[in-house]
Amino acid sequence: MLSAICNARPTHNTGVANMDDLLSEFLTETNENLDTVDAELVRFEKDPTDKAVLDNIFRLVHTVKGTCGFLGLPRLESVAHASENVLGKFRDGELKVSTQAVSLILKSIDAIKIILAELEANEAEPEGDDKELIDKLNEVASGKIVDAAPARAEEHKPETVKSEAKAPVAESKPAPQPETSGTFADGEKKIDPVLNRELLPGEVSMEELEAAFNAAPGPDEDKAPAPVAESPAEPVPAVAVTAVADDHSDEEEAAPSPPKAGKQAQNTDTAAKNSDTSIANQSVRVTVDLLEDLMTMVSELVLTRNQLMQIVRDQEDSKFKVPLQRLNLVTTELQEGVMKTRMQPIGNAWQKLPRIVRDLSHELGKKIELKMLGADTELDRQVLEMIKDPLTHMIRNSADHGLEQPKKRLAAGKPELGTIKLNAYHEGGHVIIQISDDGAGLNIERIKQKAIASGLATEADLEEMSDQQIGNFIFKAGFSTAETITSVSGRGVGMDVVRSNIEKIGGTVDVRTNPGKGSVFTVKIPLTLAIVSALVVESYGERFAIPQISVIELVRASDNSEHKIEELKSSPVLRLRDQLLPLVYLSDVLRMKRKSPAGLSANETPEMGAQTQRGKDDYVVVTQVGDFRFGIVVERVFDTEEIVVKPVAPILRHISVFSGNTILGDGSVIMILDPNGIANMYGNGAIDPDEAGAEAVSSEFAEEKTSLLIFKAGDDTPKAVPLSLIARLEELDVSCVESSNGRDVIQYRGQLMPLVRMSDTHQLRTEGRQQMLVFADETRTMGLAVDSIVDIVEDSLKIELTSDITGVAGTAVIAGRATEIIDVSHYLVAAFPDWFEESRKSRVKRPRSVLLIDDSPFFRNMLAPVLGTAGYKVTAVENADQALALREGGALFDVIVSDIQMPGMSGFELASMIKADQRWQKTPIVAISAHGTPEDFERGRSVGFSDYVVKMDRGALLRSLSETLSVYGEAV
Amino acid sequence: MSGNPSQAGDKTAAPAKSSAADYVTMIVGGQLFGIPVLEVHDVFVPSKLAYVPMAPPEVAGVLNLRGRIVTAIDLRLRLGYEPREPGAQPMAVVIEYQGEPYSLLVDGVGEVLSLEDSAFERNPSNLDPKLRDTSEGIFRLDEKLMVVIQLDKVIQLLTGAMAA
Repeated sequence: MLSAICNARPTHNTGVANMDDLLSEFLTETNENLDTVDAELVRFEKDPTDKAVLDNIFRLVHTVKGTCGFLGLPRLESVAHASENVLGKFRDGELKVSTQAVSLILKSIDAIKIILAELEANEAEPEGDDKELIDKLNEVASGKIVDAAPARAEEHKPETVKSEAKAPVAESKPAPQPETSGTFADGEKKIDPVLNRELLPGEVSMEELEAAFNAAPGPDEDKAPAPVAESPAEPVPAVAVTAVADDHSDEEEAAPSPPKAGKQAQNTDTAAKNSDTSIANQSVRVTVDLLEDLMTMVSELVLTRNQLMQIVRDQEDSKFKVPLQRLNLVTTELQEGVMKTRMQPIGNAWQKLPRIVRDLSHELGKKIELKMLGADTELDRQVLEMIKDPLTHMIRNSADHGLEQPKKRLAAGKPELGTIKLNAYHEGGHVIIQISDDGAGLNIERIKQKAIASGLATEADLEEMSDQQIGNFIFKAGFSTAETITSVSGRGVGMDVVRSNIEKIGGTVDVRTNPGKGSVFTVKIPLTLAIVSALVVESYGERFAIPQISVIELVRASDNSEHKIEELKSSPVLRLRDQLLPLVYLSDVLRMKRKSPAGLSANETPEMGAQTQRGKDDYVVVTQVGDFRFGIVVERVFDTEEIVVKPVAPILRHISVFSGNTILGDGSVIMILDPNGIANMYGNGAIDPDEAGAEAVSSEFAEEKTSLLIFKAGDDTPKAVPLSLIARLEELDVSCVESSNGRDVIQYRGQLMPLVRMSDTHQLRTEGRQQMLVFADETRTMGLAVDSIVDIVEDSLKIELTSDITGVAGTAVIAGRATEIIDVSHYLVAAFPDWFEESRKSRVKRPRSVLLIDDSPFFRNMLAPVLGTAGYKVTAVENADQALALREGGALFDVIVSDIQMPGMSGFELASMIKADQRWQKTPIVAISAHGTPEDFERGRSVGFSDYVVKMDRGALLRSLSETLSVYGEAV
Repeated sequence: MSGNPSQAGDKTAAPAKSSAADYVTMIVGGQLFGIPVLEVHDVFVPSKLAYVPMAPPEVAGVLNLRGRIVTAIDLRLRLGYEPREPGAQPMAVVIEYQGEPYSLLVDGVGEVLSLEDSAFERNPSNLDPKLRDTSEGIFRLDEKLMVVIQLDKVIQLLTGAMAA
């Protein structure tokens, strides 16, 4: 809030600045302020006794009004004045806060927004007046509409308040008093000196409002609460002084007395210096354009760096290696820094939602509570802009269709108050936004009927679909199951637009529904649009990039392998895990039948003829767009690369299969394929999207399925490792493998990476290319050599036999075959002896349930299997809120293992919350932390942790768990 | 090689009104063409051109010019001449249209000529339609005729054709 006021100040002082600058500044700030007012008003309505909120609203509206007056915007000013008037009465307790009155104020805020929009477009206020609205506001103010205490504002308040508030100013800096004071507070009729007209009954003069405003505690109230109005003897906090001085100059400048205005402005500056302590001085407003330019330049730098790295990589002992390494580091940091400047908390996109939900709840006659979690989750502002509308729409949808009428809810045994929960969090380079409601869930029957009626599917099709798949029909164009069309939603435009908007930015949206319990929409979007990871493929001798987010897996297909491309009439398909995957040849998609007319394109390679031969040896890039899964057939697959997405030239923008282009590390330009565009081209014609069959999504806390990578190494037994643990799959020429210190190492991305073999007897290939799995944590990477990668499957990871073989955690049945689950930690330790401290696993007899809370996906993925192997049933969540949500859901655990340093609620806070509520009170909590200072241990015990273990110490954790459990016994 | 605007001084690029203007000359399909020198950002020999599938035939591809991605338009095809023979090395003239860089592929680039307005005249009525659409007018030089290319038309019409 402080910054809003401080920022408004230059508007008053810079008399020389041109009007356009002033206006645009004013518009930006006013819009920001109004958004805050919206949200605050909704809060205020809920709790009319919250004086701090009201003061805040009052101050914001006042700021808007004051600036309008100064800029000569009479229409805006009069609306703002009238609503400030009503707010003033609320503030003084003369009016009761009623829904009606708040609605009216919200309406006037809307009116102001409309005028502002006009102002922005035409640089002038629109014609017309807001008499009706103002009259209504005045009626409310005079108590005619709502029964309220009689208006007594005019009695003697103004004088006292004014003197109270202004006295400190006069003391601190003897500024000339404005001459305009003195016309108020005497007699019945009042001529407002500013408005220059008679005051209406119940209306308060500008002066009084100023005074009341001055008396309002400054924005720093939280930090330095000082009861200003009540006890004039108390020194007024610095900020209030500023506010007074500020308004002074405001009035002065509005009134025709230029010389004083100048002095006042100076005074204001001095005052500003006193009060603009922390916040204003620490932040600088920068235009978005400048940031965009910076980002572009950093992108260039990244590309140039990549090019340099490529050149130097080919040279043995280049003297550039060391400086380049440094350049590399600096560039990376710079890139991250600049990216951060573009990051904004997602809460910015949510600001309008409380207001929308409030209006909806009135309109629909439902009681709705909007819970917002993770509002400080940051993402790129460009992305933020683009998800605003889809999110709003989804919230409206949840309120309208999701939640039932209060009566129905009561009948179903639910609380009358429906809840819509918005939750945002980071997950592996993406932002996940979940919109969940506790309503009736999707009406699967109706969706089925509708799907049949609109010819999207036949009854037989639907028979075979899971509820989740059927639920996803709501994202189809023209699909609305609302029985009645309300003004809110149900017009059949909506969820398909939501989906296409989200897909436009490379995101995905998915719905899960639980009849009677509600539905959860999950939106997954990339953190930034500027830099993405992409798979480089080749078709017809031309290279293209496919964004990694859409790529599910890669399958090598050839006539003599188990994966063979077959044709149905002329449509190519692939059998993949007992399902037919529709395929498209990239060369067909791109209609690459002819040569480039320029005659110098890289595609004129001699082997072109050979490349066109199909079925020889192709790669299938399994791609997912929404719930549509298909394969893109390409001839070669190269590396994945971090690419900077650049838009294509306008004359190429109509080609929907490209989302942009980029410059690769070797300096060549390649086009970036847009999987959505390709899916659209084929989704409607050659391939029926719904035959592709998305896999059913398992319910959140039911038996979780894990994606496992199946591979072979050393012998014929299939081996598996959780896919989430693997950073990358790589294939390197065996000649790259060097030996150092008796171990195999390779140079990988500018670092030495140890290459570990499955066992001592396992041999690397003698020639050709060696496949490997790359594991990485923040600083270290390790390669595990494998003979072949078999498959990726999703299955529950239930280890049925433990193993004595080192490096094997146990055996599980995966995809119908006994498969050895690899103990990754064993190999991590083999590569870096200090990665963990290896110890023997301790096992417990009865499976105990463990709740694991850790914000790092790496540790979650690491510890969950470790605990699982030791015989615990693990539920892993990534933050305290999710853990508490489980408690709300009635889940019980034998022991809780929690990280200490977590974003949001820390482990200490979580522990105190758990201990404060009887449900989990007796559940022991073991703290895990990267640091283990004695103070931490002490603090941990004092808030209720039973034990404290250093994160890396796997053995200690297992020991601690079994000890803790034996101490607590069957307590739970 | 590069036609840096600052070197061109403050002579106006508009061909019609003032007395003289400077033009970069180039050969396409044996014909001499000219572009106001201030419009030309760069002239270079393109080496690696990435083919853009599904693009209009006139778009030869995209290339990397010092970190910028430039769309290459083959003037031969754009102006209705025969495609260049395989193996013939074109030259690229970089211009900007609405803030986007484009490179025009031509057969060769000649000298910069300072031409008097008096030698300029409007398109003859029997000019080939493809040329007429993109030509601003003709300069009568001593030995041959030079067609002044309207850059915005070269690119605009290409965009327009796409929208249609």
